[in-house]
Amino acid sequence: MIAALTSLTILGAILGLILGIAARVFRVEGNKLVEEILDILPGSQCGQCGFPGCAGAAQALAAGSAPVTLCPPGGRAVVLALAAKLGREANLAGVKEAVPMVAEVKEEICIGCTRCFKVCPTDAIMGAAQQIHSVFRDACTACGKCEEVCPTESVKLQPIPVTLHGWYWHKPNVQAQQNVPA
Amino acid sequence: MKLFKLRGGVHPESRKELAADRAIRVLPMPEYLYVPLLQHVGAPAQPIVNVGDKVLKGQLIGASQGVISAPVHAPTSGIIAAIGEYPAAHPSGLTAPTITIKADGEDRWLETAEVENPFSLTADEISTRVAAAGIVGLGGATFPSAVKLNLSRKNNVRTLIINGGECEPYITCDDRLMRERAAEIIEGVRLIRYAVGAEDVMVGIEENKPAALAAMSAAAKNTEVKVIAVPAMYPMGWDKQMIKALTGLEVPADGRTADIGVLVHNVATAYAVRDAVRFGRPLVSRLVTVSGGSIAEPGNLEVPIGTLVETLFDFCGGFRDKPARMVLGGPMMGIQLATAAVPIVKGSSGVLALTAGEIGKVDPSPCIRCSSCVRACPVGLLPLDMAAHIRAGDSAAAVALGLKDCIACGCCSFVCPSHIPLVHYFNFAKGELMEQERVKLKQESTKKLAEARSERIARIERERAEAAARRKAAREAKERAAKEAAAKAATETA
Repeated sequence: MIAALTSLTILGAILGLILGIAARVFRVEGNKLVEEILDILPGSQCGQCGFPGCAGAAQALAAGSAPVTLCPPGGRAVVLALAAKLGREANLAGVKEAVPMVAEVKEEICIGCTRCFKVCPTDAIMGAAQQIHSVFRDACTACGKCEEVCPTESVKLQPIPVTLHGWYWHKPNVQAQQNVPA
Repeated sequence: MKLFKLRGGVHPESRKELAADRAIRVLPMPEYLYVPLLQHVGAPAQPIVNVGDKVLKGQLIGASQGVISAPVHAPTSGIIAAIGEYPAAHPSGLTAPTITIKADGEDRWLETAEVENPFSLTADEISTRVAAAGIVGLGGATFPSAVKLNLSRKNNVRTLIINGGECEPYITCDDRLMRERAAEIIEGVRLIRYAVGAEDVMVGIEENKPAALAAMSAAAKNTEVKVIAVPAMYPMGWDKQMIKALTGLEVPADGRTADIGVLVHNVATAYAVRDAVRFGRPLVSRLVTVSGGSIAEPGNLEVPIGTLVETLFDFCGGFRDKPARMVLGGPMMGIQLATAAVPIVKGSSGVLALTAGEIGKVDPSPCIRCSSCVRACPVGLLPLDMAAHIRAGDSAAAVALGLKDCIACGCCSFVCPSHIPLVHYFNFAKGELMEQERVKLKQESTKKLAEARSERIARIERERAEAAARRKAAREAKERAAKEAAAKAATETA
């Protein structure tokens, strides 16, 4: 009786000690994967994926409950990067190769209501009450939040025209001739 | 002199005989000139004139912007007719910011002071003059020459190589320049040598230009300049190939020629340097070869920058028969033109109108892995594998195989028995990678902006809360003081 009690007590104490040490030595700081996914995502917190900001999306991706194609502003590049990181199949069929867009203020109908620059996640709109607002093209991510809140449809997303600076050769459209007799 | 063995290269038919024996003719001044603001590698020039301004030949009309940039000058005297977009000499057919000048027919130069002895100037003064003259690499790379001079001085360049390779078929403008203006070129070469303090000076000329070799050797007699014949092959005019042939040194991948103590300039650049340093005259014209099977009278013309390509064709007697393809530059690396109404720029060495018989086949067949392209590649890459990866959408794998070292010389496409557009694949992949790089930079800046915004919002809220707390504390203190005063008053009355 006493022997059994002591042996079990000692066993419990030793195992508890080991578990305690292991918990300290192998401590994990948060979820590494979530942070890595956050680095890939654009980080503009636009909410187009349906999650509250990029952090929420990253958690859902890490948990496997969201598809890698969830981020519209990220486009192809982000889908491919996410698929590579998570080891998942990237189905690009549903991904629209987004035409690069930028928000533009139609100055004749801007009423200076200040709604658009309050929602802009990257501070890309400058303005003040009763003043015509203006977009910093370089900072705009074309998330479309300003378009939604504008009462006069003055802010609209416009495609960015192709210039010599951004133009590059298209992919060769090679249909290799198969010289197979019919 | 012993030459060193070269890697790769091809031997296309030179077809230089079409224009090689035609002496340089000066093109009559056209009525309108279209001067693009970006004719060089780097940032575009900034226009400093207004529509309606009167300008003289050689007057600055676009100032250089930033470290790597070059100014542009009025190629003739006249009136600024427009500043805006105009079709550029570019495969995309897109427009570029351009200054249009209506010539007044006087062609009057801006007054400039001639320097009696340019060798009395300091090295700094020479490179300042070269920078002010808007001189860029005239071999086609169009890198601002003054930047190269300064970089070479910093890196203690010991060897100066002047490139008389001109390996592109059809093109003979450098050949003619060396035959007719050898003494001026040699003076330019000696000025560059003096400006960078190089010890050795070599002029490498392909052996298929015996007249140019003879003229340059005669002009270089009793100077420190050595004129050396190099084998005729393509791409002999690639600066790194020329360095390898003359010195045996190889420029490391991702490196510059200055890293191994060598500076390379084109013969036409040396000529322009002499004009700029001695006469203070900016680069406002260049030699252009007009050639090809469709041209009635091929030739070499001295053309003001900004002349339309069609003007050159017309001056050379127009077309014998309708050209199947128009090319700006040489047939190996030049660009196909959709229209001849684009302006000649500083880097345009030739314009070609080719017949159907002169252009290659276009129907590609599958790769048979013959590795002809590997043997032809002067850089030592594996074009067939790189193209296969790019075709499969894996540009990163092509980069691992050295895509970034590809110079797009076209040797691989030229030798490919299956007519696979290899260089097209590489140009596409390079463009795609640059685009990805841009997207990545944008994402990083977006992240910073979004973080700054959320921090600011948090700060504003915190400050509001603090202000509210302060107000509350102040109010409570006031109430307490009032209570105490009331209590005190009560005790006093009691």
